[in-house]
Amino acid sequence: MSETPLIQGTQLGAVRGERILFRDISVSARAGDLILLRGANGSGKTTLLRQLAGLSPPQAGQVARTQAHHWIGHTNGLKAHETPRSHLDHWARVWGSQADIPAILKDMGLKKPSEVPSGMLSAGQKRRTALARLKLIERKLWLLDEPFNALDTDGQAQLAEMIEAHRADGGAVIAALHGHAPVESSHEVMIKP
Amino acid sequence: MTPSPLFSAFRQALSEAWASGAGILLPMGFFTGTAMLVPFTLGDEAETLAKIGPGVLWLALALAALVTLERVFQADLQDGALDLWSQEETSISLIALTKTVAHWLISGAPLILMAPVLGRLLGVPFEEMVPAMLAYGLGGLTFFLWGGVAAALSAGVARAGLLIALIAIPFFVPAIIFGTLSLSEGFDGSAILFLGASTLFALGVAPAAMGAALRLAAE
Repeated sequence: MSETPLIQGTQLGAVRGERILFRDISVSARAGDLILLRGANGSGKTTLLRQLAGLSPPQAGQVARTQAHHWIGHTNGLKAHETPRSHLDHWARVWGSQADIPAILKDMGLKKPSEVPSGMLSAGQKRRTALARLKLIERKLWLLDEPFNALDTDGQAQLAEMIEAHRADGGAVIAALHGHAPVESSHEVMIKP
Repeated sequence: MTPSPLFSAFRQALSEAWASGAGILLPMGFFTGTAMLVPFTLGDEAETLAKIGPGVLWLALALAALVTLERVFQADLQDGALDLWSQEETSISLIALTKTVAHWLISGAPLILMAPVLGRLLGVPFEEMVPAMLAYGLGGLTFFLWGGVAAALSAGVARAGLLIALIAIPFFVPAIIFGTLSLSEGFDGSAILFLGASTLFALGVAPAAMGAALRLAAE
């Protein structure tokens, strides 16, 4: 396993209004890691993850990323007019992926609703569509915000399997998670002020 | 397959603008409605109407450009698409420009085709309207670009429609002035060139402004 971290956040801090949300948090992920960001509601899990993803500039510290990553946020990224099929087609075109999309849809349990506009999908089906993006193109680092939310038991087991397979493949995952974790983590980061 | 983010963004924005139906019909209805109200307020003297007709259409075009812009970037912020685009290597400014042009094609370009018909209804001679279509096209694109900046700035605001109008309308002024002048001067005068210059200026500046506003909104 390689020793250079895929991502390294050093002494990160965030301020919300006049309050320090968190400070001095360092996170780094190497191949095979699953790092869970833990903390109470409002403690800043999502903020930290967005800083790691480069979506929000850290108010203290810095983030070094070596390559493109996958992002699953708490919003799924589906447009209201998109169907699971057209969503995956779209991002496959953006990324130049040649993945077999019908097979991915079947794999994610989306074969039936594959042509249903996302406005009419259930929360779990939307989440499955978003997670299907992880299979479009290989990226070493996955950043996931509450990925198990809205998924049924089968979906949770499947995502846990995907994460394990990705780690075994030399990938790394950083996930913000508040509840029970159906996966064995390699390291947990507790976020508190 | 080679990655083609801009082409994909263009395709996605076209179907987004098309899917709601309102993207094409709403501005057309608004454009027609505004132009049709004028004879009721100013009287029905054919001479007056023919004289002010092209100017009325400029006003109607500027207002119609504003009606669909509210959702262009707000939806991206709410559904998380903005987060995904922000993490791509392609600059968010180029994505925003691509989206704006796609929305202009669906919501703005049909207005150019309607202009001669509405002009005819106001009594403007047909042969005067056809060259004016170029001016309406340049002007409409300019309105959409500045409107896009306003839409990006107010992406996080609920019911942003009015705010978009407040921010964008001052930026419409140069295009409206040169656009209206170009109608009386035709292609011989310099107004059409100044109109083209204001469109080019918007093309150069608006994408950077949209990009900066969207990066701020994504935080």
